[in-house]
Parts: sequence; C-alpha cells; structure tokens
Amino acid sequence: MSLALAVLRRLAGTAVTLLVTSFLVYSSLYLAPGDPVSFLVRGRSPSPAELASIRRQFGFDQPFLLRYWHWLDAVLHGDFGRSYLFHQSVGAVIWSRLPSSLLLVAVATVLIAVVGIGAGALGALRRGTRTDGAVLLLVTVGAAVPSFAAAIVLRSVLGVKLGWFPTIGNGSGLLDRLRHVVLPAIALSVTFMALVTRVTRSAMLDQLGREHVEVALSRGTPRFAVLRRHVFRNALGPIVTVSGLLVSGMLVSTAIVETAFGMSGIGSLLVQCVDELDFQVVQALVLLVVAAFVVVNTLVDLVYPLIDPRVARRAGGVR
Amino acid sequence: MNASLLEVDGLTVELPGTARPVLDAVTLRVAAGEVVGLVGESGSGKSVTARAALGLLPPGARRAGRVLVGGEDVLGAGQGRLRALRAAEVSMVFQDPRAGINPVRRIGDFLTEPLRLTRRWNRRRAEERAVELLAAVGLPEPERQLRRYPHQLSGGMLQRVMIAGALAGEPRLLLCDEPTTALDVSTQAEILALLGRLQRERGLGLLLITHDVELAAATCDRVYVMYAGRIVERATAAELFGRPRHPYTIGLLGSTPPLTGPPARLRPVPGTPIGLDEAAPGCAFAVRCAFAQAGRCDQEVPALLPLVDGADGAGHAAACVRLAEIPSPAEEVRP
Ligand SMILES: Nc1ncnc2c1ncn2[C@@H]1O[C@H](COP(=O)(O)OP(=O)(O)OP(=O)(O)O)[C@@H](O)[C@H]1O
Ligand code: SF4
Ligand SMILES: [Mg+2]
Repeated sequence: MSLALAVLRRLAGTAVTLLVTSFLVYSSLYLAPGDPVSFLVRGRSPSPAELASIRRQFGFDQPFLLRYWHWLDAVLHGDFGRSYLFHQSVGAVIWSRLPSSLLLVAVATVLIAVVGIGAGALGALRRGTRTDGAVLLLVTVGAAVPSFAAAIVLRSVLGVKLGWFPTIGNGSGLLDRLRHVVLPAIALSVTFMALVTRVTRSAMLDQLGREHVEVALSRGTPRFAVLRRHVFRNALGPIVTVSGLLVSGMLVSTAIVETAFGMSGIGSLLVQCVDELDFQVVQALVLLVVAAFVVVNTLVDLVYPLIDPRVARRAGGVR
Repeated sequence: MNASLLEVDGLTVELPGTARPVLDAVTLRVAAGEVVGLVGESGSGKSVTARAALGLLPPGARRAGRVLVGGEDVLGAGQGRLRALRAAEVSMVFQDPRAGINPVRRIGDFLTEPLRLTRRWNRRRAEERAVELLAAVGLPEPERQLRRYPHQLSGGMLQRVMIAGALAGEPRLLLCDEPTTALDVSTQAEILALLGRLQRERGLGLLLITHDVELAAATCDRVYVMYAGRIVERATAAELFGRPRHPYTIGLLGSTPPLTGPPARLRPVPGTPIGLDEAAPGCAFAVRCAFAQAGRCDQEVPALLPLVDGADGAGHAAACVRLAEIPSPAEEVRP
C-alpha cells in the first residue's frame, strides 16, 4: 500500500473518532443532571408560556437527533453557540483563553522532554550507581505527587517564601507570562516527567543490552556515537509513544493547575463552566480536549514508522 | 610459520562470583592467511575468547595473560588505539545478523558507519565502498540494498551484509562466531563457501568458532578444542580428524553427525559440561570421561603437552594426564 493511502486511511479513522466523540459529548451533557432551561431562568419564576418560548428559542423543543445535527452543522462552520455565562460567542470565550493554556502546556512539554529524557538516560548510563538510585527515588516520589500537591508546595516555597516566581495570574508581555508559567508548568509536569524518566531509563537499558550495540562497539564506533545512533535512537519508539500520550492529555490537567495558580485558561474555564452549567462552553471544551488528544496521537502514529521502520510493514502501511 | 595476526597468550578471564575462570590460560594463534577452528560445546568460552581479541571483555572481569593483534597488545591498548584496531585490523562476524544489525537503521548505515565515524570518510566515498562490499558478498542490486532495512532481507542475505560490514575496514583478521548457526541448512553451506572464498581472495587470517567439529575439520587448517575455558587439544585439521588424542575430542568426533553418509555413528558425549559455579581442581572433563582415574585426573590441571618434539606452539598437543595410555581410536571413529 502506498504511503499516501496509509496516511489517508489513518486520517479518515481520526475523523470518524472525532465524529463519534462529538455525538457522545453532545448527548452525555443532556443526560447530566440539571436542566439548562432552569439555569437560563435562574432567579425568576417564568410562566409556562415563557418557558415554552425559551425552549423554542434555544431549540429544546426539537427531537434530540435533529438538535445534534444542527449543533454539529454549526460546529463544523466554526459556530459553537453562545455562552450563557459570558454573553459572548463560545468561540470568542475559548479563543481568549487558549493561548495561555497552550503556553503552559508547551513549557510543561519542554520540561518533560528535557528533564524526563535526560534523567532517564542518566540513570540508564549510570545503572546501579548512586546517581541511578537518586533518579529512581525521584521517579517514585514524582509519580506519587498529585499536581495540586505539587502546586501548593511550589507556590509556598519558591513563590511565597523565596519570592522567585509570581504565584498568581497570567502576567502580561512574553517575559512576564513566561515567569508566571514556570511554577504551574512544573506542577503540571511532575508526574509526567517521572513517567517519561522511567520509560526512557528502561528503554535505554533494554537497548544497552542488545547485541547490535555490542556489534557497533566491536567495529570501533566511538562510544558516544553508539549511544546516540543505536541506544538512544532505538529507545526513541517507547519514549515518543508515551510522551505523545501524556502531552496529548495534558489540556485536561491544566484544570487543577490553573485553578491553583489563579490563572485564566482552558482548564480554569472548564471548571467554571461546569460549575455554572454553561453547557455550550463545556461541550466545546470537551470536544477541544478530545480533539487535541486524538490529533496528537494521530501525529505520533504517523511519525512512528520513521522511528521504527518495522512498524510500517506490520501496520500494512509504508513498505 | 608466518608472523601471527592473533596471538592469545595464557589468557585467563575470571568473572566475579564464579568458582572457575571463564577462560583458563588459553593460548592460541592465527597466522596471516590461515583458517583456524575453535571448537567446543556451548558455554566452553569460545565467544569470550573471540571477543577478547577485540578487546571486549565482560564488565567486571579480572584478567591475566596477553592478547596481541598484529603484534599490538589489545588488552593494554587505550580507547583510541582499540577503536583504530577494530575499525581496520580485526573484525567479527556475529552469529545472528537479526540481533547484530540495528533493525531501525538502513543497511547502508550499517556498512558505512565505521568508515564514516572512525575513518572520517565522506558519505559518497563510504557508500561507494559499501556498494563494492555488497557486490563482493554476492548481493544483487547493491545500490538498492543500501536503502533497505534489515527486516526486508532474508537471514542469509542479512548474514552477507554482516560479512560485508566486517570487511568494510579491510581487516587482516576475521573472527567468525558461529556464522551459520542462525541460518537454515541450505543457506549455511552458501555462507561457508562465501567465507572460504573471501578468505582465500583476501588472504585473511580467519578464526572460525563452531561447535561442529566435523565442519571445523573440513574447513580449517588447524583446530583448537576448548572445554570449560581450557584448550584441551590442538592439531592440524587432518591430525585432529585422523588421530584425535584427548578423550573429549574423541567423544566430540563420535558425537557429530557426519556431513555425508548415514548418521549411524551418532553418540553424543554423555553428561553435561561443568558450569561456572563448579570449580575444576583437576581435569575439567573428569566427571564425563570414560578414562578418568581417581587420584590422577582430579589432582592437578593437565598441561597442554606437545605430542611431537620440536613443535613451535602450533603442532599437535593435548591436555590429558593419561595420554600415553589412551589409544587414538582413529580407525573406530573414521572408517
Ligand atoms: N558478559 C558476561 N557476563 C557473565 N557471564 C558471561 C558473559 N559472557 C559469557 N559469560 C559466561 O561465560 C561462559 C562462556 O561463554 P561463551 O559465550 O564464551 O560460550 P561459548 O563457548 O561461546 O558458547 P556458545 O556455543 O553457547 O556460544 C558461559 O558460562 C557464559 O555464561
Ligand atoms: S585427564 Fe583424565 S579425566 Fe581428563 S581427559 Fe584425561 S583421562 Fe579423562
Ligand atoms: Mg558463543
């Protein structure tokens, strides 16, 4: 099968996944407790006629599938409806908060990649030494620390006590924003860093014991080149897979961290809109989070044959 | 005799936590243009010997003795010298090319790596050499093979790539560690024929490791027989095959199915070799030897004694205290 066809098939699969997701998202919110109409009329006691008119105005009188179809049609045209809470289009509400969350996720991703892969590689190369022991200890501790706990500790020590970093808000201007995002990014990435460290360490140890590594050394290839070209290169498969999985799910985790640091972003918006039953926004956010997950993992899948050519054949894709 | 390409001199290698050395005073030489066999059962130390010639000892190993490649001391060499030796003087064909060639890199990468990284050749020059090498080992469409991945080649083709890779630096000494064991029977003969041809064409010194003593006798000039880390017999192939002297060799010859003819004489050497956790104060073969004699064989390690006077370290020799009393069963083993 040709490469283009394999890619197309994968993309079609992704589209179907997103469609199914959109249906589940739309329907599950209507099954949730709490009637959106009662939210709209909160604080007043409308007459039955008024209620009926509101229902008609927002389309609640139509059959469910038809409502879904209208919603999907609008979504596909970029219209996610209006937020009850902010009296703005949902798109505008999300758009204004997306950049700060993306910055947070990006910084956290860099931290995960640099620290996680670096520490994992260090542990593998110094296997059984005190350095390796320290890495393993940090992995165990890091994996056990929930991000809200990390947030509290980071805020009180690095933020409040030492005053190195601001502890609240988003900041303004690129540099100030970066300063504001450091602590939240660390809090967000601690658990993930630990996982990536562990995967890196074990994948590299696995490769270090392989015969092809010994063969490379036996041919006079410099040690560093062997580590780069054979050990790390071959360990990349599991590392990329796990990192992709973790990073793609990270938008959800911003909820806790952004709330803890009083930042405005996708995560804190989600918390707020769930609290206030702003269904249109919640729907769009859930869809966004799932789409990010699916898209990133599709990308990882598409890149994977470049990392391990054997997979391409097994998947019936690139020859 | 020619100057030795490989000279292993009283090499003893001990691993932590073991009762006996992995290699015990191993002495062995390979001259230029000579094919030398190293035969023995699994675990006898053949691979450790060959790796020592590359300066690759197991981590944590204690060692004594010398290993010279082209007159240069391998075990004492610094990293830089060692790399230069590996890239140009001595190389190894490993047993399983599927495990020995990085599965995620292209064949071209495998072939050009030592040329580009150690010899600092540019890509074009290295790839031209790689194409020549692939043609020399008989792979069709060499240019196309450079772009392929190991999983796209059969085991036999991949072993040819492994051999081409070993020849990349034009070494004078080639170590072949069971080069055909991982292949199917029809391919085995082809690979052996290829190695024989390359050895003759290039005048290589070749150390062929195998557990098949008949194969060694058929393809080698001289053969060393190894048991539990010791050389127990050495001889020219004809001598060893015609007049084996050590009881272990006699057993081995009896236990190998002949390459041709009916396998009627197949009788494996009874028992199993001793492990690294068992000490061998006397002859390591004693527990399995039909000629073993309490009070003699278990007292001291039998020395490898020349059977012919004036042998210069390459003639027929065997390590058995009862050598004089054991008749060589040449006629019985070999009709
Ligand atoms: N890196 C190592 N660490 C620990 N023990 C080792 C190592 N390499 C070899 N050994 C041990 O040394 C002994 C000799 O091993 P070696 O691989 O040389 O045997 P061999 O004669 O090549 O056997 P085979 O025919 O199975 O390849 C074995 O008992 C093996 O377990
Ligand atoms: S020394 Fe003794 S045990 Fe060893 S091979 Fe000779 S006869 Fe057998
Ligand atoms: Mg071996």
